[in-house]
Amino acid sequence: MTAYLVRRVGLMLLTLLGISIIIFVLLRLVPGNMVDILFDSAGMVDPAEKTRIAAELGLDKSIPEQYLVWISGLLHGDLGFSYVSEKSALREILPRIPVTARLALSAIAFAVLLGVPFGVISAVRQNSAIDYGLRVISLAGLSMPSFWLGLMVLMGFAALTGTLPVYTEAPKTTLDAVLLVAVPAMTVGFRSSALIMRLTRSAMLEVLRQDYVRTARAKGAGAGRVNFHHALRNALLPVITVIGLETAFLIGGLIVTETVFNIPGLARFLVESIRNRDYPIVQNLVMLTAFIVVMINFLVDLLYAALDPRVRLGA
Amino acid sequence: MIADPILEVEGLRTVFFTAAGLVRAVEDVSFTLRRGEVLAVVGESGCGKSITALSLMRLVPTPPGRIVAGTVKLAGRDLLAISEAEMRDVRGNAMSMIFQEPMTSLNPVLTIGDQIAETVRLHRKVTRAQAWDRAVEMLRLVRIPEPAQRAREYPHQLSGGMRQRAMIAIALACDPQVLIADEPTTALDVTIQAQILDLILQLQRETGTSVLLITHDLGVVAETAQRVVVMYAGRKIEEATVEDLFEFPLHPYTNGLLGSIPHLAAISGAVAERLQEIPGMVPALSNLPAGCAFAARCARADDKCNDVPPLVELRPDHIVACWHAGATP
Repeated sequence: MTAYLVRRVGLMLLTLLGISIIIFVLLRLVPGNMVDILFDSAGMVDPAEKTRIAAELGLDKSIPEQYLVWISGLLHGDLGFSYVSEKSALREILPRIPVTARLALSAIAFAVLLGVPFGVISAVRQNSAIDYGLRVISLAGLSMPSFWLGLMVLMGFAALTGTLPVYTEAPKTTLDAVLLVAVPAMTVGFRSSALIMRLTRSAMLEVLRQDYVRTARAKGAGAGRVNFHHALRNALLPVITVIGLETAFLIGGLIVTETVFNIPGLARFLVESIRNRDYPIVQNLVMLTAFIVVMINFLVDLLYAALDPRVRLGA
Repeated sequence: MIADPILEVEGLRTVFFTAAGLVRAVEDVSFTLRRGEVLAVVGESGCGKSITALSLMRLVPTPPGRIVAGTVKLAGRDLLAISEAEMRDVRGNAMSMIFQEPMTSLNPVLTIGDQIAETVRLHRKVTRAQAWDRAVEMLRLVRIPEPAQRAREYPHQLSGGMRQRAMIAIALACDPQVLIADEPTTALDVTIQAQILDLILQLQRETGTSVLLITHDLGVVAETAQRVVVMYAGRKIEEATVEDLFEFPLHPYTNGLLGSIPHLAAISGAVAERLQEIPGMVPALSNLPAGCAFAARCARADDKCNDVPPLVELRPDHIVACWHAGATP
């Protein structure tokens, strides 16, 4: 187990190193840098001035040199400065983390808390009206892109209540605060909940056919105990893998949702920074995202081992 | 002296509603298991013997299956008339069951000890620790070495024979009055088969449990049971004591079954004997002929066999359903 952990962590570091190089190079392959944008929008034309600013931002150095500057800074906790606000990148990023984290965690929680129980119900009541209903809803969930769903939800809100669950000012009541998180969280988590539901359903159907489920019934266990203690524990194994993958996918979904709902989080900030070629912000945000995704995968593996003794002890 | 009946099955009828039509898996089956007895139910795969066993436990998958008629009286109480909650209290407690596949019949993510203790906790008012102690005690009872350590292990760490012992421990943890063993040795190696059969018989004598043994193996029947019920195409076609059945098989199907057992003498070539086979195939249960289901494969069949033969007692304690029972083919 220890050897496995060491190997796993080593692999994680290698993955992150690879990602950092890819982000860095790709970002610089995009035509136009911060200086071009500044000069285009301001209408300045003095080439000497342009070179001076480029040198000030370190953009005159070669790409490998720039990379080394960034990575060594990153390892020392220095993320550089935002080209736009000229504040430290850390101070730009940190306050936005809770906003996005709250949204992402709510979305995952919503997806899991909705997807898993409904998947179980759908499997246990296979081919009943409720099963068909849930399958139709989940198919819809998989088919609707979250930006479209977000717009529909906003329009629905506007039509029904005359208000929008959108950040304009600090929420006044608790209900407002909850709505401001819950509505976008559901919008972005709906797709994941649909996927998790369908997967839980098929995994449960598979497990419910197993001999050990019949053994559990033959012991005199009730339906709840059979379905949750015996069946779901086994059915959850493939579902957990997908929850991990879905979390990564969901971070992508946040970009659109934060834009639609006007949420001042990391994802929207990332889009703005890309538009401005604000390299330090983009690099560090993508690195942060990569780190989170890699960590989630690691956690999924650990959870897998915790749930399945065949993985933990080696079958 | 004949012991009192513990399990009386009367007119049991279980059907399956399938796309291919109505499948009559168990058709009007009756038998009685006496206290302390081992009764074997024997037949080929698909003859309805496993569905009979599942029907007794009310574990027939519903839908598509359904028990449509009959009574199953355990110590005088009709299990088909009680509620599902009351039936849950019977399963694993007064009547328990072990299955054919020890490799897949145990939950892979729970320890052996947990799975035995669960049965105890479902039916007895005991603490977690007491249930665990009982689990270890049961593992010792089924002759598993180092039971305290084995209890903490998972099914994949045990061999097939060990797992079947663990299944037996689960089934016997609450001292059931009746143990149903559905092909308990079929999936095991031959050497392990004998060990498991011995174990079931020893425990049966020690605990006084009555055993209903479902098998396709007449060798197993001869070694273990006192009485035997032969099933064919969902019906009981013969019932007798084991000695009488082996010596005087009355039904041509039973005759064929006995003829298809290889004898060591014949295999070694000491006696010139060809293994007999029963011609033809078991009819599909969804499309049974109107009369005797065996008629199409039977050398004795004639027009009379277009009617279903009734069960008659042709010898003391030996009943058979055949118009030409005991006649030479």
